[in-house]
Amino acid sequence: MEYSEKVMEHFRNPRNVGEIENPDGVGKVGNPVCGDIMELYIKVDGGIITDAKFKTFGCGAAIATSSMVTELVKNKTIEDALKISNRAVAEALGGLPPIKMHCSVLAEEALKRALDDYRMRSAKVASGKAA
Amino acid sequence: MKKIYLDNAATTPTDARVLQAMVPYFTEVYGNPSSLHAFGQEAKHAIEDARYTVASCIGAKPEEIIFTSGGTESNNCAVKGIAYARREKGNHIITSNIEHHAILEPCHFLEKQGFEITCIPVDENGIVDPADVEKAITEKTILISIMHANNEIGTNQPIGEIGKIARGRGIYFHTDAVQTLGHLPIDVNELNVDILSASGHKLNGPKGVGILYVKKGIRMLPFMHGGDQEQQRRASTHNVPGIVGFGKAVELAKEEMGKEIEKLTFLRNMLIDGILAKIEHSRLNGHPAQRLPNNVNISIAYVEGESMILNLDMEGIACSTGSACTSSSLEPSHVLTAIGLPHELAHGSLRFSLGRKTSEDDIRYVLAVLPGIVSKLRSMSPLYKKEVK
Repeated sequence: MEYSEKVMEHFRNPRNVGEIENPDGVGKVGNPVCGDIMELYIKVDGGIITDAKFKTFGCGAAIATSSMVTELVKNKTIEDALKISNRAVAEALGGLPPIKMHCSVLAEEALKRALDDYRMRSAKVASGKAA
Repeated sequence: MKKIYLDNAATTPTDARVLQAMVPYFTEVYGNPSSLHAFGQEAKHAIEDARYTVASCIGAKPEEIIFTSGGTESNNCAVKGIAYARREKGNHIITSNIEHHAILEPCHFLEKQGFEITCIPVDENGIVDPADVEKAITEKTILISIMHANNEIGTNQPIGEIGKIARGRGIYFHTDAVQTLGHLPIDVNELNVDILSASGHKLNGPKGVGILYVKKGIRMLPFMHGGDQEQQRRASTHNVPGIVGFGKAVELAKEEMGKEIEKLTFLRNMLIDGILAKIEHSRLNGHPAQRLPNNVNISIAYVEGESMILNLDMEGIACSTGSACTSSSLEPSHVLTAIGLPHELAHGSLRFSLGRKTSEDDIRYVLAVLPGIVSKLRSMSPLYKKEVK
C-alpha cells in the first residue's frame, strides 16, 4: 500500500492537532474495534468556522484525513462546510488507497457530527434566550 | 540515514554465501535434473546434495524431503494432501487458532468440502496446551497441525508432546516450522513429527523454495500433478538454483545456530527490556521465555500500529504490525485476538524480528527513536488524553 506524497506530508506534519477549549461543536466518531477514533472540535463566529482542531487514534490515513478536514473547514460558512464530502477530503490529499477510503468517510462523519453539535448547541442557546 | 531491518520474520536477506553457491546453477549447471545426460545429472547431484543436507539437519532421511515452492505450498500440500488421502478414515482435523493463514485457509477450504476443523485456543501467552489437543481428538481425527513457533508473537509450541499424543492415537502430526528451521534445533524423531513445512527465505536463503518433510509410510495425495519429480509427490521441473540455495542456507544456519541463538536472545531481551522500561503502558505479547530468539512483539497503548510503522520507517527502521501477509487487512491480528488482547491494544502492536545482521547499535537506535514517536502519536490520541490525564 502506498500513500500519496500529500498524505505523507500531512501525516508527518499534521495541522491543527489538539482540542479547543469551550468549542462550539464537537464530533466524535469511530471506535477502538475498527482501529480509528477521531475527535473534531470547531469554533464558530458569525456563521463562519474560525478554528478547527482534532485528536485521532488511527493509521496514517486517519491522521492525514483528520488534518486535511480541519484545513478544509477553516474560514468556511456552516453551509459550505456541510458540503465537504469524504471524496473532497481524499482528493485534497491526492487520493487514498481504496482500503483506506473509510478514513475519509470517518473524517466526513466527524465533521458532520461537529456541525450537528454546533446546531444543537446554538438551538439550545436560542431557546434558552427565548425562555 | 541509518537503515535498520527488523522484519526478518517476514523475509531475510539472502546470505552472500548462499547466493554465491546458487549462481553457477543459473548459467553453467543449467540442465534439467530429470534429463539423463551429463548436464541434467550434474544438476541432479546438486539437488540430491541439498536434500541430504536438509534431511540430516532435521534427523530425516533424504527420501523423506520434498522440495516445494515455499512455506505456503508446503502447508497447503500437507493439510489438503493428507485430508484427501485419509478421507475414508475420518474427516476431522485439529489445528490451533494462531496458525499462519497458510494453514487456516486450507482448513477453511476443507471445511467447505465437508471436513470438520477444531481450532484449539491458546492461553494468554499464546501457548497451545497439549491436553486441549488430546481432548479434541475424536475417532474421526486424521490430522493434527500445530506450528512449531508462531510468526507474530514468537511463542514456541510444545510440539514434542503434541506429536507424542498424535502418534499414540495413530493420527498424523504436521508442524509448520517456517519460523524455526535454521533458527532452533529440530529433530523430527524427538519431536514426533510426521510432516513438516519450511521455507528458504526465512533462513537467509532464496525466496520461492521450500520443503516438506514427509515421514516414510505417510500417505499424502500430491498437490501438483505432472512429471515424475520428487517421487511423484510434487511434479514440476526442479528449481535447481533455489534448492541449492536452500541447502546452503540450511548448512550455514546449522553451523552458526548456537552462536546466533545466543546473540539474538541477548539482543531480543535488550529490546524488550528497553521498550518496557522506556515506554509507559507497553506490554510484551507472547511468552517471555518460551519464544523465538529473534521475536519481539509489543503492544503500546493509545497509539495505532501503522502510524508507528510509518514513523519508524521515516527514521530508517523497518518492522511490522504483525504478519506481512495480512498487513493490508483492517482486521486486528487473529493471533493477538487469540491471546485475549482487546482490539485497541491489538491495533497498537509492533513486531520487531531480528536477524543475522542485527547489531547492538541497531537496538540502541530503536530504543532511542521509538519513545519519541510514541509520545508524538499519544499527543494526538484521544484515548491517551482520557485514560491517562
